Amino acid sequence: MMRLPRFEYQAPRSLAAAAELLAARPATTMILAGGTDLLPNMKRRQQTPEVLVSLRQIAELREVRYGTGLSLGSALTLSELVRMPTLQRDYAGLWQAAAQIATPHLRAMGTLGGNLCLDTRCNYYDQTYEWRKSIDFCMKKDGRICWVATSSPTCLAVSSTDTAPALISLGAAVRLVSASGERTVNVADLYNNDGIHYLTRQPDEILADIRLPAPSGWRSTYWKLRRRGSFDFPVLSVAAAAAFDGDTVKKARIVLGAVASRPIVANPSALALRGRRLTDDVIAEAADSAYQVAKPMDNTDFALVWRKRVTRDFVTYALRELRGDDMRETRRKIARQTMMGLAY
Amino acid sequence: MKPDAKTRIIGLPRRRVDGRAKVTGQTIFADDLVLPRMLHARLLRSTVPHARIRAIDTARAEAHLGVHLVLTGRDFPITYGILPVSQDEHALCPDTVRFVGDPVALVVANDELTAGEALDLIAVEYEPLRTFAGPEESLAHPEPRIHDYADEGNIHKKVSLSFGDVRAGLAEADHVFDDLFFYQGNTHLPLEQHAAVAAIDGDGKLVLWSSTQTPHYVHRALAKALAIPAAHIRVIATPNGGGFGGKSDPFNHEVAIAKAALMLKRPIKITLNREEVFLCHRGRHPVLMRFRTGVKRDGTLTGVHLQTLLDGGAYGSYGVASTFYTGALQTVTYHIPRYQFDGCRVFTNKPPCGPKRGHGTPQSRFGQEVQLDKIAERLRIDPAELRLRIVEQPDTLTANYLRVSTIGLAECIRRVVNASEWKTRYRKLGPGRGLGLACSSYLSGAGLPIYWNDMPHSAVQLKLDRSGGVTAFCGATEIGQGSDDVLVGCVAEILGIEPFDIRAVTGDTDLTPVDLGSYSSRVTLMMGNAAIQAAERARDVLADAVSAKLGVPKGRLVFAERRVFDAEDPSRGMSFSDAVCTAEAMFGTVGSTGSYTPPKSAAKYKGGGVGPSPTYSYSAAVIEVEVDGSTGWVDVPRVWIAHDIGRALNPTLVRGQVEGSVYMGLGEALMEEQIFRRLPQRLSRALVHKFPSMLEYKSPTFLDMPEIFTELVETPDPHGPFGAKEVGQGPLLPIMPALANAVYDAIGVRIDEVPITPEKIVKALAEKAAGRAPRYGPTRFPDVNWPETLQVPPPWEGGTGKATNEPERRTKALEGGPLRPAEEAKK
Repeated sequence: MMRLPRFEYQAPRSLAAAAELLAARPATTMILAGGTDLLPNMKRRQQTPEVLVSLRQIAELREVRYGTGLSLGSALTLSELVRMPTLQRDYAGLWQAAAQIATPHLRAMGTLGGNLCLDTRCNYYDQTYEWRKSIDFCMKKDGRICWVATSSPTCLAVSSTDTAPALISLGAAVRLVSASGERTVNVADLYNNDGIHYLTRQPDEILADIRLPAPSGWRSTYWKLRRRGSFDFPVLSVAAAAAFDGDTVKKARIVLGAVASRPIVANPSALALRGRRLTDDVIAEAADSAYQVAKPMDNTDFALVWRKRVTRDFVTYALRELRGDDMRETRRKIARQTMMGLAY
Repeated sequence: MKPDAKTRIIGLPRRRVDGRAKVTGQTIFADDLVLPRMLHARLLRSTVPHARIRAIDTARAEAHLGVHLVLTGRDFPITYGILPVSQDEHALCPDTVRFVGDPVALVVANDELTAGEALDLIAVEYEPLRTFAGPEESLAHPEPRIHDYADEGNIHKKVSLSFGDVRAGLAEADHVFDDLFFYQGNTHLPLEQHAAVAAIDGDGKLVLWSSTQTPHYVHRALAKALAIPAAHIRVIATPNGGGFGGKSDPFNHEVAIAKAALMLKRPIKITLNREEVFLCHRGRHPVLMRFRTGVKRDGTLTGVHLQTLLDGGAYGSYGVASTFYTGALQTVTYHIPRYQFDGCRVFTNKPPCGPKRGHGTPQSRFGQEVQLDKIAERLRIDPAELRLRIVEQPDTLTANYLRVSTIGLAECIRRVVNASEWKTRYRKLGPGRGLGLACSSYLSGAGLPIYWNDMPHSAVQLKLDRSGGVTAFCGATEIGQGSDDVLVGCVAEILGIEPFDIRAVTGDTDLTPVDLGSYSSRVTLMMGNAAIQAAERARDVLADAVSAKLGVPKGRLVFAERRVFDAEDPSRGMSFSDAVCTAEAMFGTVGSTGSYTPPKSAAKYKGGGVGPSPTYSYSAAVIEVEVDGSTGWVDVPRVWIAHDIGRALNPTLVRGQVEGSVYMGLGEALMEEQIFRRLPQRLSRALVHKFPSMLEYKSPTFLDMPEIFTELVETPDPHGPFGAKEVGQGPLLPIMPALANAVYDAIGVRIDEVPITPEKIVKALAEKAAGRAPRYGPTRFPDVNWPETLQVPPPWEGGTGKATNEPERRTKALEGGPLRPAEEAKK
């Protein structure tokens, strides 16, 4: 059985105390939320922090606040999110994303903040220490070369968070808190297109809460490509949200997940929809535009050419759902579930 | 007891005897064992694919706080291996590593974490050798040799067998079909990782608890590799959390910790992690196949010539048997008057392949059933009707001398055709939707043991207690398939008591008589027959005693309801426990034994040891699919499957095995791949498993499972216990070809390899759109320098089961096949 390395464990009871602990040794301290990503990674020695600061005991990180929009504490578990009827009704894309993360067991432990900060993934990196030693390691950890593209100056590990594309499409922001203050950034600005330095969060910052704007007039959806109906990370995802005036799109956002080291905002694709009705032709145009910006690499499940190719299909599914088509049968085939009930 | 006799327990759905312990978490698996003063071990595995070991420095590891012992290849001079002809493994590699994962050192420490830290302190200096990633490379380069004992260069084994003049058979056909197929390798994926505990008992003997399917063979391997008498070794098979063939070899970790326990005189546990389970492998061989089949216009087969090329990985394992199995069972489903089989297994620098559920037969079954679908289309015959026309007859000796006893295949086909409404739905579901049909057969136990001997293959001992309880001892191993339940059910039925009155003691070489192990679907048939014999002998003793005491003629006594009584006056009788006491007072301690030896095989040629079985099971399946024309995405809403079980001893278990087979079959058909990655060779020599984890090695989840409609066809077989045949492996086999055939019905492209992925479907659709052959699959079979073909005239050409061109001396020495060690062991 794989064993965790030795580490020091801290469980502060306030955000301020957690921020102090983080500020003391930011280079060797890591935040532990649900642990569903970090702890297996530590067993594989992908991360070897000296100190873990747990967020479990901090009540303020588990709050849900309603105002003009919605504020979600970062330590809310994914299961808790999936059990919120208001989320399913008002922010369907986020709800669908959360409901398709990993497995029921992992959603019971994993948190929203944890999913946003999820380590980037790669078939050359998400392996045991012994396996990585057999390829002389890689750029992301202990090595020099990116084996995905050996001439690449940057790491090409893949952004594999489900909730980030959904939150970006919904125009959400996050509040980052450190011992020296706090700041709010759009979720879209939380990420770099760099598999190693994939977060703009500073090492001493804690992602405290997620703020969603009022849902008025917006519809949203999330489509996820993965081999199986459970367990797997996305290898392509499409988050789409649009505000309508009757049948006409006033404003839209389309975000692609798992095709780069950060979520990709498909601006031209969204612009193609503005002021138009979602006819088949308009959807095809937007789908083609999104296809152009998808740049998957050969480091996940499925062949990259095929992953890029089906970007068109997945954008089409998403936009048809926003248009009001009954997509349940397609959803059942793709997701192996209809994503309708609150059976979580 | 007659196969179709009336029964009280046999045939009724029952809760399995080990079910309660399993669902309440009380079953003690190997990793649950904790002994006083127990230490923990880990293996250092090679990080390079092929190299000589120049030096190993263990000094720093030995000095690490908490480390008790470090062993290396020097400590294990004697080889072992599951087959007498492939004694090619060392517990730890002494001089050469052959794949990434080959064990080179064992560290024993206070705990796993410490042992793991010490692994990183061992310095191994490797001298790299050329690496072989696939069969084409191994065929092209004889040097350096991965094993010196291979047939030639890096070709482990080449065989060629001909049963009648296949060229003449193809010449008289109206059509000859020539197709290439590829079946990708995949692995067993048992939920329980291999684990073992070794200890020295109070009187100084070695005890090994292990999650193994074959404690008897592990017992023999330990005695050989450690050079200590088998009588001083006890192997206890703990209940396996799934096996599927992956725990059928003696493994490095078992031998290594046994040696360490002997040296340290302390218990030692080792639990492999998931990656190590992928590296132990012994799973499905990747196989390239060429099928040349001649047919008449009415569908009659005139001859089949099959060639297979197996990627064996780095060691022999069961590979010689696997090679023969790729060609053995083509003849038991459909009548093939002339048949030739050429098989070739090569060594490569990857984890060794071996037996996985279906052992060597799913690959060529896939090719045969997909080709039959193509034949049916060309001949404009319904695929179900075609198969019904050519299905083999019962009580037949096939071209390759396999004795078919009962055959319920036609009934299986009719059942799935009816249940799926095949006749009104096949080719009529419209674009993107389709149905596919395929059939199969599998052995109910290998007719020959792995090492040559004349002794029984399975034995059961019964101890009858004055309390009315019975203990049944058998070497069989419970791997989740329900063998303990079969043992208890058979004994309870004969003795007229309840399953709960019986305690099963199984898989313990000190306590239980030998059963060869849970492989080749042999346990229900062989152990079941041994159990019936033992129970009938015990019943006979009790009947003598009760008859004498009550003055009732023995022949009138009935054993039922925990009583022994007069059939003509049920009030005259006594309880079962009183019957035991009466017998014990009259004759002394009451016990009995029973054993089973399969019938002699008719196949007398070299290689004929693989394929014979007391009887064969049959299956047919229809699968419905929906395929998206843009993405190639496949959805499987429904599967209908019928299985010729002979007789279902416990239908609950049988259905479980059938549904489990559908699950595993869909995994192999749609997604599972044990595949490897080379890095750019100018930068790296790496050759690694692409994704040795349960996350990235894709296997279906419950959400991915279709609705399954299972039909059991019961044609009691005279060789089976109460008429039963196997069910553990056969129902897997039709799934992969039925899926491929359904994809063709849905979208008009042939995917001639598994897994059938959306990428491949999209590529085949592109071929179709470009006006080329609407197909995805292999396009060439590499040149193999086949050996001289053994000519064995089939029974209907006056054959005797012997080869006409096999030297008499060798025929005699190797009678029954290549697996007899008497001569091979000298090599």
